[in-house]
Amino acid sequence: MVEEDLPLLSVVGLTKFYGRRVGCIDVAFDLHPGEVMAVVGESGSGKSTLLSLLSTQLEPTAGSIRYRMRDGVMRDVFALTEAERRFLMRTDWGFVHQDPALGLRMAVSAGANVGERLMAVGARHYGRIRGEALSWLERVEIETDRIDDPPRAFSGGMRQRLQIARNLVTGPRLVFMDEPTGGLDVSVQARLLDLLRTLAADLDLSVVIVTHDLAVARILSHRIMVMRQGRVIETGLTDQVLDDPHEPYTQLLVSSILQV
Amino acid sequence: MDRAVPAAMIEVESLDKTFVMHLRGGARLPVVAGVSLSVRAGECVALAGRSGIGKSSLVKMIYGNYRCDAGAIRVRDVHGIVDVAQASPRRILHLRRTTLGYVSQFLRVIPRVSALDIVIASAREHGAGPELAASRARAMLARLNVPQRLWDLPPATFSGGEQQRVNIARGFVAEHPILLLDEPTASLDAVNRAVVVELILEKKAAGVAILGIFHDEDVRDRVADRILDVTRFAAAA
Repeated sequence: MVEEDLPLLSVVGLTKFYGRRVGCIDVAFDLHPGEVMAVVGESGSGKSTLLSLLSTQLEPTAGSIRYRMRDGVMRDVFALTEAERRFLMRTDWGFVHQDPALGLRMAVSAGANVGERLMAVGARHYGRIRGEALSWLERVEIETDRIDDPPRAFSGGMRQRLQIARNLVTGPRLVFMDEPTGGLDVSVQARLLDLLRTLAADLDLSVVIVTHDLAVARILSHRIMVMRQGRVIETGLTDQVLDDPHEPYTQLLVSSILQV
Repeated sequence: MDRAVPAAMIEVESLDKTFVMHLRGGARLPVVAGVSLSVRAGECVALAGRSGIGKSSLVKMIYGNYRCDAGAIRVRDVHGIVDVAQASPRRILHLRRTTLGYVSQFLRVIPRVSALDIVIASAREHGAGPELAASRARAMLARLNVPQRLWDLPPATFSGGEQQRVNIARGFVAEHPILLLDEPTASLDAVNRAVVVELILEKKAAGVAILGIFHDEDVRDRVADRILDVTRFAAAA
């Protein structure tokens, strides 16, 4: 880590206004390879706007996002050609939505959902694509005999795991996650969290995860960024921010966690 | 370096800490002020003083778990000296992986991960291969009398004492040059307390710098080279 100290993603002065309404203001951070950063805050804090900006679904009003391409060069993601940006989204980046229906094609088979992303980066050999899809279903703990079933026939937890497989099959280096465990039963959540934690570590993924659930941030992330009213109000090592929060709003968030 | 005087592994200088409770109208809770201490390789320093005087907070600040308001916490690792009070999250995580071990009496349970895997993961952070890490993890769990039938289970359902011993196994199986111990023997029976004392003495002999809180005076007297009374750093309330 001390040896290769170059960030993968570098964000400076990132600002978004919707007309006169604030999305986010002056957000800045570096994300390094293998680093998992949680963005926490309540709805309206700007965390979803931030994720949409980072994943280039929204254009910022001001500021820059630079990403280290596979050739090692830092490029401004909004200065990329449309083809370059699409290539990033399909291969080097992943996006895990809270609602798996947004990240999956619900009517085609599980195998095709995973294989499709491989084909988008040029895989053509049917047997190899199917083999790869099978191994990813196993990795995300989906019975391999479900490969020909569409995700419509899956439970919520299985759909979410399939969405993760679809994202990771191309070997991305950066994955965005929007409340990936939201709306799932607690026991299903625990399994998914453990899976995400293991995969992120094994694959040395850089992750930006937006969540309002501090327990999720505690288990998955190395660092936390707390947002409120569009601004970053506190950042730091995850256990530091959660165990010794400084800002009034962070103290309120931490003290609002229900103890079991 | 002079062989007679081992290197200082931890050097704390003029450390201040006050909690500000914004939900209690900004009430200020002074913890410690002007703490300076150092711990050398192969030495065990015990923090003493009544409950609530700031011993645990001090240990947590050195681990980077609590922030401090002023002062420096210089910790030596293979790359040089790091000031935990100023270091980036990544630097602190690196320090924890390579250099700084921390054992409290509480295990933070991760869903679905077995006791054995928790201890193996800790052994592997120091580059031990999977086989070696597994055999060292098994030996450590056995030594701490964690029944073998529990090894493959997640510790969520274990008794407090069993969880505590898994946590001690995790902390001691790693080869950190610095160990921070926060009441590691609290609520252990005499047999397991004796095991922990042995483990601490072995770490000292191996040159590990240890800073600890020991509620048990008998344990403290057996392992500590020096006792530092934190009362003199108590911040005026």
